[in-house]
Amino acid sequence: MASETIAITAVPGIDRPISERLHDWIVTVDHKKLGILYIVLALFFLVVGGIEALIIRIQLIVPHNNFVSPQVFNRMMTMHGTTMIFFVAMTVLFGFGTYLVPLMIGARDMAFPRLNAFSFWMTAFSGLLLYFSFIGGNGLYGAGNAPDVGWWAYAPLTARAFSVGHSTDFWTLALIVSGIGSIGTSVNFVTTILCMRCPGMTLGKMPLLAWLNLVMGGMVFLAMSPLTAAQVMLCIDRYLGGHFFDTQAGGSAVLWMHFFWIFGHPEVYVLIIPAFAFLSEIVPVFSRKPIFGYPVMVAATVCIGFVSLSVWAHHMFTVGMNSYANSFFTITTMAVGVPTGIKIFNWLGTMWGGKIEFRTPMLFCVAFLFQFLIAGLTGIMLGASPFNWQLSGSYFVVAHFHYVIVGGILFALFGAFYYWFPKMSGRMYKEVLGKWHFWLFLIGFHMTFDSMHIPGILGMPRRIYTYEPGRGWETWNLIVTIGAVFQATGVLVFVVNLLWSMFKGEPAGNDPWDAWTLEWSTSSPPPEYNFATIPVVRSRRPLWDLKHPDDPDWKYE
Amino acid sequence: MKYSGQTRGLVSKIAGVGVLLIGFLLAATLCFGGPADPSQSLNIFKPQSTPADSIFRLSMLVLTITGAIFAVVFSLLVYAISKYRRRGDDDGREPPQVYGSNQVELAWTVIPVLIVLVLFLVTARVIHSIQDAPQPPGAIEVIAIGHQFWWEFRYPALGVVTANEMHVPVSDPSHPTPTFMTLSSADTDHSFWVPRLAGKTDLIPNRVNHMWIDPHETGLYLGQCAQYCGVQHAKMLLRVYVDSPEQFDRWVEEEKRPATVSDSVAEGRRVFETTACLNCHGVSGTVANGRFGPDLTHLMSRDTIASGAAPNSPEQLKLWIRNPDAIKPSSLMPAMQLSEKDLDALVAYLETLR
Repeated sequence: MASETIAITAVPGIDRPISERLHDWIVTVDHKKLGILYIVLALFFLVVGGIEALIIRIQLIVPHNNFVSPQVFNRMMTMHGTTMIFFVAMTVLFGFGTYLVPLMIGARDMAFPRLNAFSFWMTAFSGLLLYFSFIGGNGLYGAGNAPDVGWWAYAPLTARAFSVGHSTDFWTLALIVSGIGSIGTSVNFVTTILCMRCPGMTLGKMPLLAWLNLVMGGMVFLAMSPLTAAQVMLCIDRYLGGHFFDTQAGGSAVLWMHFFWIFGHPEVYVLIIPAFAFLSEIVPVFSRKPIFGYPVMVAATVCIGFVSLSVWAHHMFTVGMNSYANSFFTITTMAVGVPTGIKIFNWLGTMWGGKIEFRTPMLFCVAFLFQFLIAGLTGIMLGASPFNWQLSGSYFVVAHFHYVIVGGILFALFGAFYYWFPKMSGRMYKEVLGKWHFWLFLIGFHMTFDSMHIPGILGMPRRIYTYEPGRGWETWNLIVTIGAVFQATGVLVFVVNLLWSMFKGEPAGNDPWDAWTLEWSTSSPPPEYNFATIPVVRSRRPLWDLKHPDDPDWKYE
Repeated sequence: MKYSGQTRGLVSKIAGVGVLLIGFLLAATLCFGGPADPSQSLNIFKPQSTPADSIFRLSMLVLTITGAIFAVVFSLLVYAISKYRRRGDDDGREPPQVYGSNQVELAWTVIPVLIVLVLFLVTARVIHSIQDAPQPPGAIEVIAIGHQFWWEFRYPALGVVTANEMHVPVSDPSHPTPTFMTLSSADTDHSFWVPRLAGKTDLIPNRVNHMWIDPHETGLYLGQCAQYCGVQHAKMLLRVYVDSPEQFDRWVEEEKRPATVSDSVAEGRRVFETTACLNCHGVSGTVANGRFGPDLTHLMSRDTIASGAAPNSPEQLKLWIRNPDAIKPSSLMPAMQLSEKDLDALVAYLETLR
């Protein structure tokens, strides 16, 4: 199968006309090109979602601000959430997985290369469909635009009585289509990892990144199905006279919440597990030690995968569940903290006794450890359901999940960008610019998201387009907005660094980090077929064995 | 790959830790300080009612435990990254390759499990004490109904209907008069949140929820809708007045009366009853019995209009009727398109609804 795909795409040459080279990118089924397409798509949407965030923050910089109307604000917060989750976070993580998994398990491509391409284009077009709502959302009724129902789209706000025009339909259909893409990608990940490993690579000798993507793939199956089902039910409600969520005809608003969050919470782990995967590859290399407690890391991930399927209703502590349900979801939520804590300790154990080099990828990973620790602890606070009755729906929650998604996932992603950029482009990035990016983003992140906890404690609800003066919220909102500007500047430095280095960077060589996994054994960028001969491995760190024939890993594992 | 500028790195790290600490201190001060005027405070750490107080005490325990975990892990991380950085004079050899340790792994699995267990037991107790509290005989009953974008409060036992500003009696521990609320919604999801009195509970259409408060001190307590309910979610503000028992009884007596309509404002009353006003608003004792908007029988007993978006003054009332978008864009109150004369008469009529 892999050899067939090699025949499809020709080797890109400088001498070929640009139209042909673009055509190659459109019709490609090569996992590396598709991975890069995913990543570029996500970067585009990161900028779009970032601009939406800045509009939100400018509006909230002072009380009673009139920068945008309430309608525009509500569209911005809905589109910001939807974009960042579905078209930035998932997309970019799928991109890295698609690029890296075959290389790291010594395969020549994914198990289903055409499905891989299909999944990518589904994702890309669902993003376009979502954004087409700015033009097409008016529908026949002339009263619509981009969706403005919040990214959870709680019923009955999505009923036709409250959401006229087609904005909600664009949202629903975009998520159904992107869900098809996600399911395709996860089928591909699971099959590839289970069936395409190179000789000698048993499950216990896989790089952790492959393990974690396997768990992520399995979770996507389970998470996406209820979301897709709920979207179909919503379509039936809106167009075929159904009453699943139509409270005025006996439907249940709480049913939608269950459907949404039984997707929504595993989704958080679908996003954070690949981030864990990056850390599990980057921290050992820059500490010059193998990952501490590999079997426990795998077990903790699988455990997180299972437990995270039983915590969804901690998003619903305020909807009036009885005290037994609230207690159940409190214990499951707190229980997730245990395997997650094990992971943090194991990364700490990996650094302990090592020789840590603070190159840009490692800086981002170290910041991840601190920030993810705080995010986890505020998660425990939110898991205690009485405390949650105060904190949920407030800016404290907004701060908490941005700590997870920005302070955790995005920092790990930036680390991954710098770590694998030499492999993907064949050139080194500018270390100085990388450090500028890191420090600007770190300062901006902490200004924004540390401060954001406080207005929540002072009673400020989320999703309000304006707020009353004199409640002690002004200063904090001002600091939050200034921090956002720092973050935006950091991202600008990052984009400049990427673009500059892609064309002008120093050649990287095959293995710039003196690393240990298979992707570093092939050229940078790797050839279409990845490996001239399929490698054979005897341990988790095949390149360590190669570099230290006197002291190989397989003697100890 | 030597790391240069080691000293600089260390200085910046210490500076970073310092900034973080100052940040936390500042945060703590402001948290407990809050706004200058205490009646403007929505601080969850200044509870004035049993549910909010139980949550506050639980949160202090949770904060202590998580704070201790933070201090330990934070210190270990800082120690690791400063102690095990590659030195300038490094010999370039790889450090000892350690693959793991079962004893250590077991320790950092079992200890968190124990912490989680303790936290869960304490939490479960608080859940039970708040959610399953029995309703004592002297309790006041209030039905709160969420609307886009205002609050309806009905006191079925007392025969009172009002909007946006809820009055409850202070609850003396020796003579508890808590307020037990039944929550529902007329349209989309809302959430009742007055942080100093209790945690939030959602108002969900086609569903009935319950919560209770027993305020310890008289005064005004602010809150607002905490579940996104549509375009004007931000200006669905909420005011709870905690009265002394005498004040509360007097308030109930006044609210129970039907509207007193004097002949001097007959022209304004005519405008009210012959335009669209009465489709949505009720004035008891008159033909106006609309239910889509707030009941106006005792409009002048309220301090604010438009669910707290504006003070209840004749000028604001006039502006609200002429152009609601100036106060609360896209609220469901339409601009009434009245002549200046009719508007003046109407406002004069409303001013008599005490």
